[in-house]
Amino acid sequence: MTTAPVPAPGHPPDAFLEVRDLRIHFPTDDGLVRSVDGLSFRLEKGRTLGIVGESGSGKSVTSLGIMGLHTVGQYGRRRARISGEIWLDGKELMSADPDEVRRLRGREMAMIFQDPLSAMHPYFTVGAQIVEAYRVHHDVDKKTARKRAVELLDRVGIPQPDQRADDYPHQFSGGMRQRAMIAMALVNNPELLIADEPTTALDVTVQAQILDLIRDLQQEFGSAVIIITHDLGVVAELADDILVMYGGRCVERGPAEQVFHRPQHPYTWGLLGSMPRIDREQTERLIPVKGSPPSLIDMPPGCAFSPRCPYADVPAGGITRTERPELALVPGTDGHHSACHMTHEERARIWTEEIAPKL
Amino acid sequence: MFAYIVRRLVAVIVMLLVVTLVTFGIFFAIPKLTGSDPALLYVGKQADPETIEGIRQKLELGDPVLVQFWHFVSGIVAGRDYTGGGTSVHCDVPCFGYSFRTEQDIWPVLQDRLPVTLSLAAGACVLWLLGGVITGVVSALKRGSLWDRAAMTVALGGVSLPIYFTGLLSLAVFSYGLGWLDGEYVDFAESPGEWFGGLILPWVTLAFLYAAMYARLTRATMLEILGEDYIRTARAKGLREPVVIGKHAMRSTMTPVLTILGMDLGALVGGAILTETTFNLPGLGQAAVKAIGDRDLPLILGVTLIAAAAVVLANLVVDLLYAVIDPRVRLS
Repeated sequence: MTTAPVPAPGHPPDAFLEVRDLRIHFPTDDGLVRSVDGLSFRLEKGRTLGIVGESGSGKSVTSLGIMGLHTVGQYGRRRARISGEIWLDGKELMSADPDEVRRLRGREMAMIFQDPLSAMHPYFTVGAQIVEAYRVHHDVDKKTARKRAVELLDRVGIPQPDQRADDYPHQFSGGMRQRAMIAMALVNNPELLIADEPTTALDVTVQAQILDLIRDLQQEFGSAVIIITHDLGVVAELADDILVMYGGRCVERGPAEQVFHRPQHPYTWGLLGSMPRIDREQTERLIPVKGSPPSLIDMPPGCAFSPRCPYADVPAGGITRTERPELALVPGTDGHHSACHMTHEERARIWTEEIAPKL
Repeated sequence: MFAYIVRRLVAVIVMLLVVTLVTFGIFFAIPKLTGSDPALLYVGKQADPETIEGIRQKLELGDPVLVQFWHFVSGIVAGRDYTGGGTSVHCDVPCFGYSFRTEQDIWPVLQDRLPVTLSLAAGACVLWLLGGVITGVVSALKRGSLWDRAAMTVALGGVSLPIYFTGLLSLAVFSYGLGWLDGEYVDFAESPGEWFGGLILPWVTLAFLYAAMYARLTRATMLEILGEDYIRTARAKGLREPVVIGKHAMRSTMTPVLTILGMDLGALVGGAILTETTFNLPGLGQAAVKAIGDRDLPLILGVTLIAAAAVVLANLVVDLLYAVIDPRVRLS
């Protein structure tokens, strides 16, 4: 993610993945759910982008949107309304033929899902599911594909991969299942790997192993990785860049170092304040972000975070409640953007005087 | 696996013995307790006491019920003789009883009737599985469409309309009205063509009722399965949609369908009474109705046994198939 000017719509970017003004809306009986509402970011190969936000902030919807999974299999439902551009390796996916996108799925872009038990078919062996993923995109016989599957299972650290390939998902432990899921995602050497909360369903000791594995594999394969999580610890571990989502929009993005050490948005402050830390006094309490996420059907006017923001009245004239802040470059930084009505000076003062000492 | 099957088969036999004992008890013990004489059922009102006494001896009505039961069960494997009143009747192996009403062994009657009922059940089953499952899947994939609404309305009708309505209607139209089919049952070995022609109306009528239920079940299951995470995974792999539906979704959808199928098929073998009566098919159901009307207790007992065996065996087959389909079901 860099500050390079966004090319005009319709022109291919120089980045490996570029998402431009992505909007994913779902018509429901209660109204239009604006799950993702004007999201733009870019990602180079070999880099990791962490997308952070609360439940319902549009993280997973974004990742499924990139994979094109909002447009297939929507039998008889009211279809999602999607607009914007998704450029992957010089190809625009939104206007591409659905079958062309299907051929990219699993091969050029692959996904690791949150809960590996429900994300694998209970009636097929782990090996068979990986073989299937390989044979969709490679015209090889079953034996070759199986060799490849066993090789991948071995690579992700499953002992006795040749035998375990014949086991069913329910015969694997949680951590092993997630490894198998990763093997399945990597079997075609995808250039873009999306991990949607890959460690949420695992216990803590296994979490670290899986994160290490994802990092190692990324270095080995040189792919671009998007890691979606609500856990800032995971992001701190892996991400080069961070994108903070709130109410279907990006409120802050930039290099991980800067977002962690000089966050520029009150919501990011809130996230950092609610993160447990081992080096903090136990007597101090975590500071939760007050209130609840906004309704995606009926967004607050102005800044979506304003109803929960302790600093909503800092900018004069109630502008936070009438006008939506645009994502703007933080002065003097390389690609650190924030969408907040407060001036840079105000934010810098609040961060150093009020927020940072409490963290 | 093999040990499991053997164990299940033993359980089936025990189950059948229990069913026999209970049925036997009802038919032979209760008249005894209430003081009515079963022997009177088998003779005319003006029968002389000697005839009645002869039948009573043949039926061994003086013996305890358990002894009677033992003679019945051993008769299945060894055959038995009914002796009394100076005459004797031999019942061949396997002896499932002797009807004093029709004066013949029960087993040949059952042997005669069973193929009719099996033909009816098997043919209808093929039809309703095809029709019901395909309709259900298409409805699920086109949820809310005109097709879906039309199919589900027809299915609701199918579930609500009794067989003696749809059966008589189809007979009136196709048999009496258009004269296409005369609906006479012919044995398959005799003429496969006529066998087919005679059964086509009952098949369609019976299948319509069941297809309606299966379409609704399949549709509901398919809709649920389509929301599963592993279906999303299948798509994320880049699989074609027909493979996602036909392989991944169908495999899971068939599990509940199979469960219901086992019970329905089993029940149908013993209880296609309405269909057989409506279409005048000489099957087990019709035999049961006639036996009840005639108070032909040995025949009722025989039919009950066959029906029970059908239900138990069908469930065994379903359980075995279950283990093949769902690896999480362990046979141990």
